[in-house]
Amino acid sequence: MTGQVNTGRPNQLLRNLHSKIASIPMILTAVVIFLGGTLWTVFYSFTNSKLLPRLSFVGLDQYERLWAAPRWLISIQNLAIYGVFSLIFSLVIGFLLAALMDQKIRFENTFRTIFLYPFALSFIVTGLVWQWILNPEFGIQSVVRSLGWTTFSFDPLYTPSIVIYGILIAALWQGTGLVMCLMLAGLRGIDEDIWKAARVDGIPMWKTYLFIIIPMMRAVFITTLVIIASGIVRVYDLVVAQTSGGPGISSEVPAKYVYDYMFQAQNLGQGFAASTMMLITVAIIIVPWAYLEFGGRKRG
Amino acid sequence: MKLRLLAAALAATVVLPLGIANAADLEVTHWWTSGGEAAAVAELAKAFDATGNKWVDGAIAGSGGTARPIMVSRITGGDPMGATQFNHGRQAEELVQAGLMRDLTDVATKEHWKDIIKPSSLLDSCTIDGKIYCAPVNIHSWQWLWLSNAAFKTAGVEVPKNWDEFVASAPALEKAGIVPLAVGGQPWQSAGAFDVLMVAIAGKDTFNKVFGDKDEAVAAGPEIAKVFKAADDARKMSKGSNVQDWNQATNLVITGKAGGQIMGDWAQGEFQLAGQKAGTDYTCLPGLGVNEIISTGGDAFYFPLLKDEEKSKAQEVLASTLLNPKTQVAFNLKKGSLPVRGDVDLAAANDCMKKGLEILAKGNVIQGTDQLLSADSQKQKEDLFSEFFASSMTPEDAQKRFAEIIASAD
Amino acid sequence: MAEVVTLNTRSATAGTATKLAAGPRGKKPRPMLSPRNIMIYGALLFAAAYYLLPLYVMVVTSLKGMPEIRLGNIFSPPVEITFEPWAKAWASACTGLNCDGLSRGFWNSVRITIPSTIVSIAIASINGYALANWRFKGADLFFTILIVGAFIPYQVMIYPIVIVLREMGLYGSLTGLIIVHTIFGMPILTLLFRNYFTSLPEELFKAARVDGAGFWTIYFKIMLPMSLPIFVVAMILQVTGIWNDFLFGVVFTRPEYYPMTVQLNNIVNSVQGVKEYNVNMAATILTGAVPLIVYFVSGRLFVRGIAAGAVKG
Repeated sequence: MTGQVNTGRPNQLLRNLHSKIASIPMILTAVVIFLGGTLWTVFYSFTNSKLLPRLSFVGLDQYERLWAAPRWLISIQNLAIYGVFSLIFSLVIGFLLAALMDQKIRFENTFRTIFLYPFALSFIVTGLVWQWILNPEFGIQSVVRSLGWTTFSFDPLYTPSIVIYGILIAALWQGTGLVMCLMLAGLRGIDEDIWKAARVDGIPMWKTYLFIIIPMMRAVFITTLVIIASGIVRVYDLVVAQTSGGPGISSEVPAKYVYDYMFQAQNLGQGFAASTMMLITVAIIIVPWAYLEFGGRKRG
Repeated sequence: MKLRLLAAALAATVVLPLGIANAADLEVTHWWTSGGEAAAVAELAKAFDATGNKWVDGAIAGSGGTARPIMVSRITGGDPMGATQFNHGRQAEELVQAGLMRDLTDVATKEHWKDIIKPSSLLDSCTIDGKIYCAPVNIHSWQWLWLSNAAFKTAGVEVPKNWDEFVASAPALEKAGIVPLAVGGQPWQSAGAFDVLMVAIAGKDTFNKVFGDKDEAVAAGPEIAKVFKAADDARKMSKGSNVQDWNQATNLVITGKAGGQIMGDWAQGEFQLAGQKAGTDYTCLPGLGVNEIISTGGDAFYFPLLKDEEKSKAQEVLASTLLNPKTQVAFNLKKGSLPVRGDVDLAAANDCMKKGLEILAKGNVIQGTDQLLSADSQKQKEDLFSEFFASSMTPEDAQKRFAEIIASAD
Repeated sequence: MAEVVTLNTRSATAGTATKLAAGPRGKKPRPMLSPRNIMIYGALLFAAAYYLLPLYVMVVTSLKGMPEIRLGNIFSPPVEITFEPWAKAWASACTGLNCDGLSRGFWNSVRITIPSTIVSIAIASINGYALANWRFKGADLFFTILIVGAFIPYQVMIYPIVIVLREMGLYGSLTGLIIVHTIFGMPILTLLFRNYFTSLPEELFKAARVDGAGFWTIYFKIMLPMSLPIFVVAMILQVTGIWNDFLFGVVFTRPEYYPMTVQLNNIVNSVQGVKEYNVNMAATILTGAVPLIVYFVSGRLFVRGIAAGAVKG
């Protein structure tokens, strides 16, 4: 189904007029909010705006300060660790669960609901519950110790070096259910005859998944990637609810740096510089890919 | 605003009849949500409601960090509340400069704020270009060490009389399974504790040089090195206090699970709420028992410029209510803070508050860091000290970074 | 899709092979206790335990009294069941002076969620339809910007949006908040709808065109009736997202519209003396109840809808 439905009318503007009118909200959002807001942010990152935006330019000062700030560096590092593990585990766990669910099991509905329900809860809730389960005085650690293993230590939220993994545990709990659903949907969309053909050819199951099924689920993987990756870049609430960036600054993330400096420190310039860095990183990774994926090319 | 107003369960509950003619509903935002704080706010609301207007409470929990962005967005977005709390100092400076806040000079002149507000630095912080923009409601001082008498009894040592004795008693407390010093995870707590140590150990002049004059050399010098040494002790003593909020940390002291806490006098409200008595259940050491100096920061109410005339009138009424002697007494007793006017009778105050009043009367005061530093510099300090307290950063490294922050502070 | 289609037809001709249990569809499975089944169910049950543990903790804790919480471990069932924390969370927990718990925000959440969900889905579905069937020059560019927009942290956009809404005179109003939700829901929803409409048989669209049907006629008469599954997916995503939103609700409206999550935050974060974990947990469950119910009711449609929408592209 291509867009070439209209037969060459003379006026280019009037071509597809209804579609253009209908797309006005999208165009406005894309141009005014996302593009405009971004440019506005980048523009003011070169100023020393404090509580309110003001036009007094300071060149690259905000960026120099940003890259000298230990907290920013830790935030970047945390996001990298969190991002990589979150992406890998979400995809692997999501896919494995979906593959298991696709084995014509009984109680499929029950299992699916169990895996998916955390997604219905907000990050405030997720953070709170996991904060509690991981609390050394009440949670897993104290329970295992009370069972007799007194040296058992599992205290991620109060141990700076591993706190980001404590957040990861909660994030995976919340998000993998949706990935599983997406993957399951993808698997269901695959024609059964492909399985039969693979079996006839004697291809082992894992190979079938890896080399035939997964490549066919390209669209699902793309949708999933967009959802997971955008969630990773924006991670904020979960950290605030679970650790508030602590202990110390060891679980800080970039989005929190942006927010804290914009509003708590009342230094918009600094916050905008940080958000510009985030946007640039996202743009470098996403734009070429998104354009190849969604634009330019005709669909087959 | 059809929201019903209910006084906090802990205060005397008064629900007033709605809609007295030409009175107005005024939405007041603040972040006072802990037990003692809520009880204190209820006093303000009660006094304001008694004027025939209506206090519509807009509490946003999670301390200033969560609430302030919302307040600022509301004001800059053109849909301001009737009045809002800010920490006394520089947090609202730019809103005033942008012409978004209301000039209270008329009310202030009429009610002689200049004469009644003590110390006068409080009103100075409200004054921008000769006009008054906020109504200070209380004086909060940071320089207090709260000690649990029960904890020291358990550990079998005397309740310390100053910081050094406290540090010396730490091993005994630890042996008894008590965390010597409770420090919550919120960044402002560790940054605040450091400021307190600075006043106690390096003295008033050094404090003023560092935060007032932003003297980088002093910040990097030997006096401050001593302070970092003490902060290092504090860090060791605070290991194991796995709590976030300041009042959870206070609660550790109240329940005897921690030996002490360096916290502002607002902690008092929590002790009071828990039914504890100063002297017998807990001990307070102003200036850590070393240097009896207190800072005079505090809270103030700011009034955004409103179009609605009735509401504007109500703002004036609220401003004058806040400084009314009776309100001042009732509010500050509950909040554990000191009144902003020197002419009120605080006979009902407990021992700790009386100590504070004495120091205030002697004039042993300094300005709070909120008044001296911009929010930006404060935040950088918070980042540094929350990292310092949670990591094994050496005091020397920390001091170097501290000096850098002071050098670029504004 | 081309290669998929050929593969399909090729394998269909070879489709005489006997069905094996490993296939994704077909008859009911064989005996339960085969090693393979033990592995599958074992893995699923293990995973289910991990997912259920927090819910269990939440429920159990919310039914305990505070003394019991202080004593025991968080996993032990309540000795004495009390519903007081629930009542308190719903009707009498305090923040500041307001002691009416979550009940105050419930209707506000409903008032925000319903129009926001409807408007955002309506707009996104039309976007997706235009992108899938009526592509105009530059449409891809806007769509790409939109997808990149999904990666922008919300916090960054607060300031520009405050300004835009202020200029439109909508700041602080419910309409303003609905617009904000529509904007931030748009990237993912548009992507879903675009994929879905692309997957519908092209012949339908062409036939309608030949009959002279226009943009809107085809949308309402042909596309809409065929799109229930994807609308369910969009609805679930939006209800969840909007219901759970805290930041926009608190920044872009005024207290009379504050959603339930604001009260939740207030209850959870305002500690009066000790943290009342039981009340916190009850409040947590109560706040999550609406999206949870939506999930339980429409979970089956959810997978089917995604299967229809996201798979083919």
